[in-house]
Amino acid sequence: MATVQDIEIRDAAALAAQAVEDAQDIHGEKMVLNMGPSHPATHGVLRIVLELDGEVITKADPDVGYLHRGDEKIAENMTYTQFIPYTDRLDYLAPLANNVAYALAVEKLLGIDKSLQPRCQYIRVMCCELARISAHLLGLGAFAMDTGAVTVFLLTFTEREKVYNLAEAASGARLTTSYTRIGGLMRDVPPTWCGQVKQFCDEFEVALGEAETLLTRNRIWVDRLRDLAVVSREMAIDYGLSGPNLRGSGVDWDLRKNRPYLCYKDLEFDIPVGSVGDCYDRYLVRMEEMRQCVRILRQCLEKIPGGWANDSHEPVNIADGKITLPSKQKVLTSMEELIHQFMLVTEGVNCPSGEIYFGHENPKGELGFYINSRGGGVPYRLKIRAPSFINLSILGELLPGCMISDVPVVLGSLDFVMGESDR
Amino acid sequence: MTDLEAAAAIKTKFGEIISEPAEFRGEISINVADAERVAEVCAFAKSIGFNYLVDVSSIDNYGDDPRWTVVYHLRAIVNGAEIRLKTGVSEEKSELPSVIGVWRTANWHEREIYDMMGIRFTGHPDLRRILMWEGYPYHPLRKDFPLAGKPTDLPGVAFTLVTPMEGGPFVTVAGGHDSIAREPRVRVPEDDEVQLNARIEARGDNKDLRGRAFGPGPMEKK
Repeated sequence: MATVQDIEIRDAAALAAQAVEDAQDIHGEKMVLNMGPSHPATHGVLRIVLELDGEVITKADPDVGYLHRGDEKIAENMTYTQFIPYTDRLDYLAPLANNVAYALAVEKLLGIDKSLQPRCQYIRVMCCELARISAHLLGLGAFAMDTGAVTVFLLTFTEREKVYNLAEAASGARLTTSYTRIGGLMRDVPPTWCGQVKQFCDEFEVALGEAETLLTRNRIWVDRLRDLAVVSREMAIDYGLSGPNLRGSGVDWDLRKNRPYLCYKDLEFDIPVGSVGDCYDRYLVRMEEMRQCVRILRQCLEKIPGGWANDSHEPVNIADGKITLPSKQKVLTSMEELIHQFMLVTEGVNCPSGEIYFGHENPKGELGFYINSRGGGVPYRLKIRAPSFINLSILGELLPGCMISDVPVVLGSLDFVMGESDR
Repeated sequence: MTDLEAAAAIKTKFGEIISEPAEFRGEISINVADAERVAEVCAFAKSIGFNYLVDVSSIDNYGDDPRWTVVYHLRAIVNGAEIRLKTGVSEEKSELPSVIGVWRTANWHEREIYDMMGIRFTGHPDLRRILMWEGYPYHPLRKDFPLAGKPTDLPGVAFTLVTPMEGGPFVTVAGGHDSIAREPRVRVPEDDEVQLNARIEARGDNKDLRGRAFGPGPMEKK
C-alpha cells in the first residue's frame, strides 16, 4: 500500500545524513514486473516475474504450467495408438515430428524400431525435416518480429503455408496430423506428394536466402543479438539444453548423428554448431539447420524406395497383424484379420513389460518418451521429456544482467513452445 | 566406455547397494538400493563422464512397496554412453536427496516430480509446484488420483502468489474483501450476487484501500 509522508529536514547535520543515505541508495528501489502469461513476446502462456533495477533485470523467475493438460496422466488411461493425437498437441508447430518420435518410442518397446519398412522410414524422415523447417520458420519469423523486423515474418509464414499444404496432402490435416501409426503410417503419401516436396525445396531455398539477406548481416539485428545471453558449453550441458540451443553453445551433439534412428545413417548432412553461444549463434544454427533439412529432403526424394509414385507397391506398414491394422478388404473377408483388427482396436498393441527411453531430435530439442510398460496395450507410466520445458529452466540464470528490452530477444533465441513445455 | 562398463564401474565403487545391470532393448538400467545415497552415486557417475542428465521420471507403484520409483537417465555427451539409474522410495518417507548439486537441470525435474507425485527432495533450494498452481492440494499423477480430477475449494479468480502490486489501482487479489466487486467484467451467479452485495453493505464505508470514495461497483444494489 502506498502512503504519502512529508519529510521535513531542518538542520545541516540531518541534511548531510540524508545525503549519505541518498548516495547509498543510488540504485534506487527494485521493482517487480510481471511479464506474461498473456504477452505478445512470450509466445504462448509463459509468465516471467522480473525484478528490475531501473531497466536492468536483477532476478527472473519463469512461471510455467498455464497450458498444463495432464498429457502423461491421459496416456496412462488409453492405448498406445489412442495417444497419437495427443502428441500433435505437444509441440504444435511440428506435429509430424512428434508423431514420429512417439511411434518410434513405442516401436522400440516392441523391438521393431530397426525393422520398419524402408519406404516408411524415408517418409518419416521427410516428415521430420519438413516439420523442422516449419518450426524453425515460425521461430525465426516471430523472433524477427519481436525484434522489429516484420518483413521476415511475412516471408516465413508464406513458406510455412506450403509445409501445411504438404502435411494436409499426406495426412489430411494441416495441424493435428496424427500421421504415424505404431509400426508404420496412417497411409502412404499420395503419388504427387514427392513432386510437391521438390517444388517446395526449390522455392524455399530462395525464400530462406531472402530472409537471410534481411537479417544475417543487418546491423540492427546483429547488434541486438550478439554477445547477448551467452551460454557456455559447460552451462548448456549442465542445464540439459538440447537441440539448436545446445549446438549453438558449440556442443556437437545431434541425435540424428550420435544415436541414429530411421534411415538417417544413410543420409549425408552436417551438424552446424555455434562458437560463442550467444543469441546470434543460436539464430545462425537454426538458419543452417534449415538448409541441411533441404539437403536431407533432396536425398530422400532421390532414394525413396518405390520411387515418387510408389509404382512397385512398396509397403509402408510392417507385416505383422498383431501390430498394424489389416486392410479393410481383408477384415471383411478373413476371420484371422477380423480378430486382429478387433484386438488392436479394443485392447491396443500388446507390448511386452519393460521400460525404454527414446530420444528424438525434434526441432526444439530432444523430445524423449520414457515408457514403463507392465504388458498389455496401455502404458503404466509415460513420461515426456519436453525440450522446451528444460530449455526454459535456464532463463533464471540467463536473464539477470540483461535489459528488459532484451527479454523478447532471449526468448526468441531459445525458441520454445508452451504446449510442449506444460504438457 | 560402453554402457555396461559404466555400470560395472559404478557397481565396483558402491558395492552391494547397486544391482546387477539389467538390459532391455539395448538399454542398461541399474537399481540403487539406498535412495539416501542416490546423489552420491550420481556425483560419481558424473565424475566418470556422465555430464548430461537427460531426464528424471517418477513411477507410482500403487499397492507395492516401495511405492515410488525415481528414474534418472544419464548420458555422457563425450562418447554417447547412456545409463538409467532407478531407486525406490517408500511412501512413509517420500523423500530422497536432490541431485541439483550434480546437474543444475535437475532443478525443474525435481520440482515437477514434487508437484505431480508428491515426492520431496532434500537439499532442493526452491521446491515449489511448477505445473499446477501453488496451493493445489493434490498430486495428480498418483495412481489414486482419478483422471477426471477431484473438486477443490480453491478460489477461481487467481491461482498464483500475491501480486506484487496488490492494493494498486488495477490489481485485484483473490480473497480480497472487495476483489470480486472491483472486477469490471465480473460474472457471478445470482446467489453469489446476493452474498456479494451483503458483503459490500456490511463493509459500509464505500472506500477503496487508499481511503478514496469508491463509486458504485457493478455488483452494487441498483
